[in-house]
Amino acid sequence: MAGLRQRRVRRQRALRWIVVTLFAVLTLLPLVAMFEFTTRDGWDTWRVFFDWKALGETYPILWTGMKASFWLVLLSVALTLVLLVPTVVWVRLRLPRLRRVVEFVSLLPLTIPAIVLVVGLAPVYAWVVYFVGGSSVTLFLAYTVLALPFAYRSIDAGLSAIDVRTLSEAARSLGSSWATVMWRVVLPNIRSAVLSAAFLTVALVLGEFTIASLLNRANIQVAINQLGKSSATMSVAVSLAALVLAFVLLFLLSFAGRRRNRERKTS
Amino acid sequence: MTAPTTGTLGAPTTTAVRGGRRHRSRLRDLLGVVPFFVYVVIFLFVPTIVVVVGAFAGDDGRPTLDNISALADDYIVEAFVRSITLSAATAVLGAVLGAVIAYAVVTAGPDSLVRRLVTSACGVLAQFGGVTLAFAFIATIGFSGFVTVFLKDSLGIDIFSGGVWLFELPGLVLVYTYFQVPLMVIVFLPALDGIRPQWREATESLGGSTWYYWRRVAAPLLAPAFLGSTLLLFANAFSAYATAAALVSQGAPIVPLQIRSALTSEVLLGRENLGKAMALGMVLVVALVMWLYGLLQRRTARWLD
Repeated sequence: MAGLRQRRVRRQRALRWIVVTLFAVLTLLPLVAMFEFTTRDGWDTWRVFFDWKALGETYPILWTGMKASFWLVLLSVALTLVLLVPTVVWVRLRLPRLRRVVEFVSLLPLTIPAIVLVVGLAPVYAWVVYFVGGSSVTLFLAYTVLALPFAYRSIDAGLSAIDVRTLSEAARSLGSSWATVMWRVVLPNIRSAVLSAAFLTVALVLGEFTIASLLNRANIQVAINQLGKSSATMSVAVSLAALVLAFVLLFLLSFAGRRRNRERKTS
Repeated sequence: MTAPTTGTLGAPTTTAVRGGRRHRSRLRDLLGVVPFFVYVVIFLFVPTIVVVVGAFAGDDGRPTLDNISALADDYIVEAFVRSITLSAATAVLGAVLGAVIAYAVVTAGPDSLVRRLVTSACGVLAQFGGVTLAFAFIATIGFSGFVTVFLKDSLGIDIFSGGVWLFELPGLVLVYTYFQVPLMVIVFLPALDGIRPQWREATESLGGSTWYYWRRVAAPLLAPAFLGSTLLLFANAFSAYATAAALVSQGAPIVPLQIRSALTSEVLLGRENLGKAMALGMVLVVALVMWLYGLLQRRTARWLD
């Protein structure tokens, strides 16, 4: 038995190294190629890239896109959380019969591709322009729909791990208002779930292209795409920077997520 | 879950007064979900209804089946066939390769550096890809890409001798695989985590070989999760737009790009709502796939949670 096991562990390790090495080579190849592509004619591209003032002046679209994406991230995360967290908690506590409905509605955007949603959103955005103007930042209203399924799953999983009903009853019987229950009892207990919902929304908004491009708004992805038509090296450079930045962010987050999981398990 | 024990909800009411109060507080409770439903109606239901109604309406707003019957036009049927082929091919390719990578990663243990690195890389490629991925491939195997130039200069191989395939369907298969494989790793890892080492030990102590374990224990357990993930990958590729839009600037080989040209160019008179009909077709395909996925998901949850 022991010999069998050892042989298996050895075989697994060999397989792991072969597969992971292949994966690493194939993943890094495009990144290396991007780097080589941007430095083939000297380092000018990167010099401009890191000189933000020059960058904004040479490629105004890039600056506009980055600014819009920054606000879109903030507003989309805020709207997603403000809409979803109280509703999901409230439904669990007071309207359990609506739970399936809210779940169904929240997961519905998974079956409606963004390219389809944008077809139907055009008339809705005609009204949005009428009421609040045509700024690219208004896209956060549409992005929240895209974020709903992922945010819902995360928050629902977080709430399933705690006994919301008992906690809120305890707080209510001690005289706290619903607002206090929400803010000081439930929310601290699902902090990591809310955080991961927020992070998923951030990633989604930063990577969104379909809706922004087809509604003729600008965000960072639209800017990269437009830049590709005039300056291929700069658009490749920005793409490379975005990919690396996203990787570093996700890698750091994998540590945060793990630690919190362990805390929950031991407590 | 459906047994409210406290508050006004579950209290048995016998008198009219209490019944009235209960009614009022039920109404007050419902107020709590109003913002959510108002938002969802405006930004999810209205667009969906616009698509569905528009698919059956002519330019003048009268009901018609012209748009739907136009879906049978050769170029639209071809686009759907290409879209489905592309999605199926990359889903199967991604599922097989992704499952192997996920298994290799699982053997390393849940907190290992290898797992963190691979899942982070997969997260970036699967969720963030889009336009950036298209540019990555232009820099890698585009006309003056790194690999193209290398192969031409040092080995004398011209990868584009048979045509510019990167900007056509074969190129899309390659680029889509780059976000399908990572997505498979992400969605399949939890299923592999659910496999208990004890099951393998039990098989071995009963005299089963490795092959026997995979064939009779692991494979039947993982099959629903594997099939479900493959369906998810199909839906993912079928709905994808950004990568193709950035890569293919001429022509519209797949449905999302057909919708783009229907939206951006108004060349065809009397076809204003054709884009909506194609969008409806896409929804039907994705809904069917996601429904099957839901069925399989329920089967998976029975074993691997």
